[in-house]
Amino acid sequence: MNDQAAVDADVLGALKEVMEDQFGVLIQTYLDDAQVRIGEMSEAIAAGNAEGLRSGAHSFKGSCSNLGVLPLAEICQKLETLGREGTTDGAAELFEAAKTEFSRVNELLSAEL
Amino acid sequence: MTDDASTDSGEPILILIADDNNADRMLLEVLVRKQGHRVITAGDGVEAVAAFQEHDPDLILLDVMMPNKDGYEAAAEIKELAGEKLVPIIFLTSLQEPEALAKCLDVGGDDFLSKPYKPVVLRAKIRAFDRMRRLHAMMQDQRDEISLHNMHMTEEQTAARVIFDNVAHPGCMQAKNLKRMLSPMSIFNGDIALAARTPGGDMHVLLGDFTGHGLPAAIGAMPLSEVFYQMSAEGFGITDILPAINQKLKSILPASYFCCAAMASLSFVSNRMEIWVGGLPDVYLYHPQYGRVDRIKSRHLPLGVLGASGFKCDTEIHDMEFGSRLYLWSDGIVEAENTDGEMFGDDRLYEVFEANEEPEALFDEIRGRVADYIEGEDWGDDTTMLEVQMMPAEEMTDTEVTYQAGELLNALEWKFSYELPADTAKNFNPVSLLLRILSEVPSLRPHQVSLHTVLTEMYSNALEHGVMGLDSSLKKSPDGFAEYYSERARLLNESIDGFVCFDIVCKMGDGVEQHRLQIRVRDSGAGFDWQTRLADRSMDNSSGVDVSKQFHGRGIFLLRQLCESVEYLGAGNEAQAVYRW
Repeated sequence: MNDQAAVDADVLGALKEVMEDQFGVLIQTYLDDAQVRIGEMSEAIAAGNAEGLRSGAHSFKGSCSNLGVLPLAEICQKLETLGREGTTDGAAELFEAAKTEFSRVNELLSAEL
Repeated sequence: MTDDASTDSGEPILILIADDNNADRMLLEVLVRKQGHRVITAGDGVEAVAAFQEHDPDLILLDVMMPNKDGYEAAAEIKELAGEKLVPIIFLTSLQEPEALAKCLDVGGDDFLSKPYKPVVLRAKIRAFDRMRRLHAMMQDQRDEISLHNMHMTEEQTAARVIFDNVAHPGCMQAKNLKRMLSPMSIFNGDIALAARTPGGDMHVLLGDFTGHGLPAAIGAMPLSEVFYQMSAEGFGITDILPAINQKLKSILPASYFCCAAMASLSFVSNRMEIWVGGLPDVYLYHPQYGRVDRIKSRHLPLGVLGASGFKCDTEIHDMEFGSRLYLWSDGIVEAENTDGEMFGDDRLYEVFEANEEPEALFDEIRGRVADYIEGEDWGDDTTMLEVQMMPAEEMTDTEVTYQAGELLNALEWKFSYELPADTAKNFNPVSLLLRILSEVPSLRPHQVSLHTVLTEMYSNALEHGVMGLDSSLKKSPDGFAEYYSERARLLNESIDGFVCFDIVCKMGDGVEQHRLQIRVRDSGAGFDWQTRLADRSMDNSSGVDVSKQFHGRGIFLLRQLCESVEYLGAGNEAQAVYRW
């Protein structure tokens, strides 16, 4: 997973072009939203709440994909699948990977601000 | 991901974006704005429904998974609120499961847009649904317009029907010797059935079937009806009326429109029937007393096809005893189709006649047989049928005619003279023309039969005895009668000098005195010794001989019965009748 870029440079370039001076706001909004979703997933896993895991992961997956944060989007997809299957078993491990991946993303995107 | 902004995005519309994911919503908002549209946003389903109600957006981009109220619920509510208006809903989703996608459509969604967003796809979808939305709105406008037009048309047709019924009224269709069936297909079905009594006591009936239906047929039916009633009331016969109707229709109807018709004139005195059939199915003449049906075939083109020179009005004369019945119908009877699309046909129709035992029931039997045959299918288009029965004249006195105001309604007193040179008088009967003028006095119209008799008698006396100089006493014997008419025929072919002149004076009463019509007919003849003739007559009367049976006296005797006074003036070439009413 590490050999894939945490953030797709082409997507990011296109977003810069589209968003113009709103680009920074978009990045900041994504990062703020990410904190919320990570919090939701964390709580859901701790409580064994599969539905909570599914909706948090689904929402996070969507915004990740839009911003070209593809490896993280893939991990979210796996978490969402677990949640949809009605379980949080094995989620903790994936969630840790997600957090690790997000810190990479956070670092990269914050540099764009 | 670049986008050409509003260059070819169609007209800007208002788009509602509902997504609880702030980053996604923000990105989408910018993408949509860059394509030239206006945007309102909502963060969950509750906000989305509220924003829809407040802003009435043209299109909605709706996330599926949202807090408070998810996209499914919001979509269902919005579709409900939108009613007949099409507000396209495109679901925003990265869902993969087929069931979830299917549910999007079930709740009223129109399409999906998956994350990550691709501006090209986004623009194509917005444009496609905007087109669909406009098309839908246009169709609804057109539908509303059509239904409005339809309402107007129905109102107009109803009003037109009233006018039509006034003009093309069934005349004396209530007469006891008539039965009529009209198909209920539409307000104007193109069929027309008319009946009228003539001043001479004959009955005219006409059944017409216009090509086409609706207003064009109705418009054609009105002048037909007017000519029919007017000319029948003025004493014209079939051979005058049909050419006039034909000419009228030919001049007003478009090329492909015409009127299949049959017209018959029944004389209750001579028990004869004169008939003309153009383009209608065989007319049946049923003689129940002999169990015989005569079929009268159409031998002419329909009315309104040929010009005046090509139109032929040669009629057939048939005897009709009391109880004989004439059946006129449009093609809807023989062409009535059963559930297999097979026609009722001439043979089945004929069988109904053969099976008939009670003539009075035949009309209903025909109707019943056709109804059974079609087994609840619609009665085709033109199923109009008319039965006319020959009855004794004395039973046919219940003529009901309605009169309209005439030109001479308010004229209190007037007179006019009308003179015909002898050669004209021989070839042109002025009685109809004079009656037409007199019919402009509304209160005189019920007296048309009497006036017809008076004018006809005075005119033929003036022409035959006056201008031609024929001796009426010849008519006393059968031999003389024949001689009289052969002489008359000879003279009709010769040119003679002279004239017949009508002087007519009308004075309306004042409530105390009756209305008075004075008809004076002068001719160029030598006159006759009317004093002596009158003396003879009083002898006849005193001897108990019924003078009405005497050929030569009949005319004057009739006149005396109808008029207040009939007298001869001067040399006897001038007769004056005074009619009161």
